[in-house]
Amino acid sequence: MVDRLNSTRGGTDTVPKDAPTAASLAKAWFGREILPLEAALMQYLEHNWRNASDITDLRQEIYARVFSAALENIPERPKQYLFVTAKNILINRMRREQVVPIEAAADLDALEIEAEEPGPDRIVIARDELRRLQAALVRLAPRCREAVTLGRIDGLTRPEIAARMGISEISVSQYLTQGIRELADILYGQPPNVRRKP
Amino acid sequence: MTDTATNHELQSPAIRIEQRAAEWLEQRAFGRWTQSDATDLDAWLQDSVDHQVAFYRLEFSWDRTARLSALRSDPPRESKMKPRDWMGHVKLIAAAAIAALCAGGVYEYAFAPQGTTYATDIGGRKVLTLPDGSQIELNTNTSVRLAADHTGRKVWLTKGEAFFQVHHDAAHPFVVMVGDHVITDLGTKFLVRRQPDGMTVSLIEGSARVETVGPDAKAQATDLKPGDVARATHASVSVSHAQVAKLETALGWRHGVLIFHETSLAAAAAEFNRYNRQQLIVSDPAIAKLTVDGTFPASRVETFARLARDVLGLRVKNEGDQIVIAR
Repeated sequence: MVDRLNSTRGGTDTVPKDAPTAASLAKAWFGREILPLEAALMQYLEHNWRNASDITDLRQEIYARVFSAALENIPERPKQYLFVTAKNILINRMRREQVVPIEAAADLDALEIEAEEPGPDRIVIARDELRRLQAALVRLAPRCREAVTLGRIDGLTRPEIAARMGISEISVSQYLTQGIRELADILYGQPPNVRRKP
Repeated sequence: MTDTATNHELQSPAIRIEQRAAEWLEQRAFGRWTQSDATDLDAWLQDSVDHQVAFYRLEFSWDRTARLSALRSDPPRESKMKPRDWMGHVKLIAAAAIAALCAGGVYEYAFAPQGTTYATDIGGRKVLTLPDGSQIELNTNTSVRLAADHTGRKVWLTKGEAFFQVHHDAAHPFVVMVGDHVITDLGTKFLVRRQPDGMTVSLIEGSARVETVGPDAKAQATDLKPGDVARATHASVSVSHAQVAKLETALGWRHGVLIFHETSLAAAAAEFNRYNRQQLIVSDPAIAKLTVDGTFPASRVETFARLARDVLGLRVKNEGDQIVIAR
């Protein structure tokens, strides 16, 4: 029986790996080079833009601009590219809204991009990463955290999570959806608050 | 829920897009994900670069959290209930309970009083009628033991599968023991199948309760209603729900037939193999997924093999005690 199973053909067909396309290269670059800079970008935006409710839109616009550029040609200096783009977008917005806070303009003019060297955010040691993920989990809203824990750590399905938590599957979906969003904000948008112990 | 997940209309475009992206991701990770979902997501992504960056950002973050599974303390459990062959289309609705980690057989043996054992051979079927009129119908290759006490309303299913039609008697609940699981009826028709790692109970009528016992048991009881299918292992009890009419197809054996509805060839073969010494072998994964429909006499394994040859266009080779189905 076992021999038979082993001798059958056709069981291990694998999908041939796609040759990298402009889109897949841009995506990989975006994940590898840009997202780790999000905490710094958010800090920059929060510092230079008064209306906090615009920040998410600004970030989105900056990412879209940077990503579009990467689809054409991957920028060589991602950090510089990101922050110059951010600056340009802020200046455009200020012009459009005809509100130029003096201190913001000063900051924008002073924008200098640090040398492109891997910051602490980009050298991630596996152990730190796990610790950081745990810390992120702790910062989720309680129900959200429970749903994500059951789904991501325990590997339960949506109906199983619903039964565990005593709520509908729709509510489970909503908690998971919220969790997915909050985790991105914590993991990328906020400076890591978990450091390796010396 | 926070405001960010609701009141979409009031939110900035970026937040609306992010919410939609998160919904796609959640659906892909936890929902039913079909080819058409994948196509729809692709179309949505192609709509705009805004959609792409929002989705990729969440996707990269979510992928990072995969590492959290390293924190799992238990051995990986069956997260996706493996559909029992005849319940392939049952939709899960609920799940429950951490159950005892108890070597089921040992516990059962220690606590089982001597009684009368009834058994069937492969392909056999037998109906037992108890003093109170309750009936137990044994399927192929099955063995039950009845308690020797005065009520006679306690049964151990030690092997195989049985269908119970129980007269309700509040003073003397009818109890079925399966390994370390206990089914208590409250006036019921139900089907119980014992499996190497646990059992499956399908409730056709009435109500019943499933509990796990044993030295370490800390599980809460699970109450079943008609259409519920409870799959209990040493570690968990999960409940799915099906149309009662659909469950009836699982009872075809009571009339000597197997009923398949969009059943995979592999599952259908496994089902036949329970009833026959001559075993169907479907080892090619490519054909194992082909589906079959129809009602077949459980003993006519060759009829089924012929169907596989004539309708599905497969090669069928009779090798004595085995019938090999291949491309």
